[in-house]
Amino acid sequence: MSPSSLLPCRAGVSFKPQHFPCIAEAQQPLGFFEIHAENYMGAGGRPHAQLQHIRAHYALSVHGVGLSIGAPQPLDQDHLARLKQLCSRTEPQSVSEHLAWSAHDGVFFNDLLPLPYTEETLGLVAEHIDEVQTQLRRQILLENPATYIRFAHSTIPEPEFMHEIVRRTGCALLLDINNIYVSAINHGSDPLQDLSIFPIEHVREIHLAGHAESSEGSRPLLIDAHGSPVADPVMALYARTIAEAGPIPTLIEWDNDVPQWPQLLAQAHAAQSILDAHEGFSHHIAAA
Amino acid sequence: MFTALQHDFAAALFDPDRKVPDGISGYEPSACEARFNIYRNNVTVSLLDALAARFSATQRIVGEDFFKSMARVFIAGHPPASPLMMFYGDEFPDFISSFAPAAEIPYLADVARLEAAQTRAYHAEDRDPLDPLLLQTISADDLGSVRFKLHPSLEIISSPHPIVTIWGMNAGVVPLDEITEWPAQDALIVRPYLDVDTRLLPPGGATFLRSLRQGKPLAHAADEAAATQQDFDLAVNLAGLFSAGLVVALSIVSPKDMTS
Repeated sequence: MSPSSLLPCRAGVSFKPQHFPCIAEAQQPLGFFEIHAENYMGAGGRPHAQLQHIRAHYALSVHGVGLSIGAPQPLDQDHLARLKQLCSRTEPQSVSEHLAWSAHDGVFFNDLLPLPYTEETLGLVAEHIDEVQTQLRRQILLENPATYIRFAHSTIPEPEFMHEIVRRTGCALLLDINNIYVSAINHGSDPLQDLSIFPIEHVREIHLAGHAESSEGSRPLLIDAHGSPVADPVMALYARTIAEAGPIPTLIEWDNDVPQWPQLLAQAHAAQSILDAHEGFSHHIAAA
Repeated sequence: MFTALQHDFAAALFDPDRKVPDGISGYEPSACEARFNIYRNNVTVSLLDALAARFSATQRIVGEDFFKSMARVFIAGHPPASPLMMFYGDEFPDFISSFAPAAEIPYLADVARLEAAQTRAYHAEDRDPLDPLLLQTISADDLGSVRFKLHPSLEIISSPHPIVTIWGMNAGVVPLDEITEWPAQDALIVRPYLDVDTRLLPPGGATFLRSLRQGKPLAHAADEAAATQQDFDLAVNLAGLFSAGLVVALSIVSPKDMTS
């Protein structure tokens, strides 16, 4: 099995087609680009032409949003085959998916929906990840979700659940620090505490994104909106994580109200400067 | 156990009157439904956005409010079956043609058909068009028996309304203006390279292309087009075939197959 992630320990951004002219103009100071796998599952055309350019000049992370790994039903074999084809076509440095479900009974909801954490779901998620890794013949990364609700019958804390998935399947993890923060605020826990129990030794990529702030009575309610700069408390948690764990490939996600290229690049620079500050410490994690 | 819960969760996503599944909680017990509504809202908004992105000229014609109301009804009856959101809404044009409140805009469904075809063409298989000079290597005697293989992205949308003009005005291709004549129009949608081309077909062009696509040799296709449209001009259509990059391969049909 190929290693999970060969992404450089640098900052990257989500690729948006509207930025392509800026990106193609000159080599950008970025370690990698990430794409949503589903947007590149058409047969041909401009998406693939742009992707080919990106892949020729940068490391690539393929990030799936449609495999519905957390659903009790069998995986969609057509979709898995498409993901496999995209991976053969682009040979990405990393492939990741979500701890969530998005399809049920032939309907695709186009959202990352939550699941309870129990022995039952542990078994089914592990089985699905096994199947994906076997089909793709590589390790994948599993991302922690942002959630708005919890399930009364969950019996396993999320970090422990993810750690056990790693133990059972040999997958690695994608730590979304914004998701940690959003979930913690929404459920009234301490984000720093939640982060401290996340199995960081298995994390091969970090996601940073902006959230939207709403309210619920007198309390804040956060929405994982990906439509604004990374919030200060999330950046602070990120800096702390890197200070403790050493450099980890880091992605700035910005999917809605996509800014001009320089603004997105500035966000990546902010993450890069935090990575640079801990450069010396680098290969602890990579070698572990 | 999770199967039953997930079933309830999924059913409640599209049904605001259905109660939130048991065992779901927010921070405050009283806010449970409000929390669940975030998922309901995310799902609906993401699907509305997908349709608005694909059918932007359609939306411009009816305005955002009308479009959203119409799209909500469509989503409830035709949720996506695949994670490939760029293809979500292939059935939207047919839905529009049966959506009573849109009946006073009889061309709306055809504009949506044109936009749906554009997305399919955008993502279609890549094939390089054939060099037009190749046609010159064919002797005049053989010309009628040439069989063309047309580009995989090609789509033809025929409408009793001037849909190419209407689409062009609402897609910002040509300035909005009063349409004084109201001819039927056939639209050609094709993506020979990276950009999708949308063209108005000349008289008989739609029949001509459909015949060619069925594998009929040039002479037969021209006859069929001339039979449906008196002013069919073979030279114009043949030139268009190559200038639009529609031909990806050609072969000569044997005389035996020509007569059959």
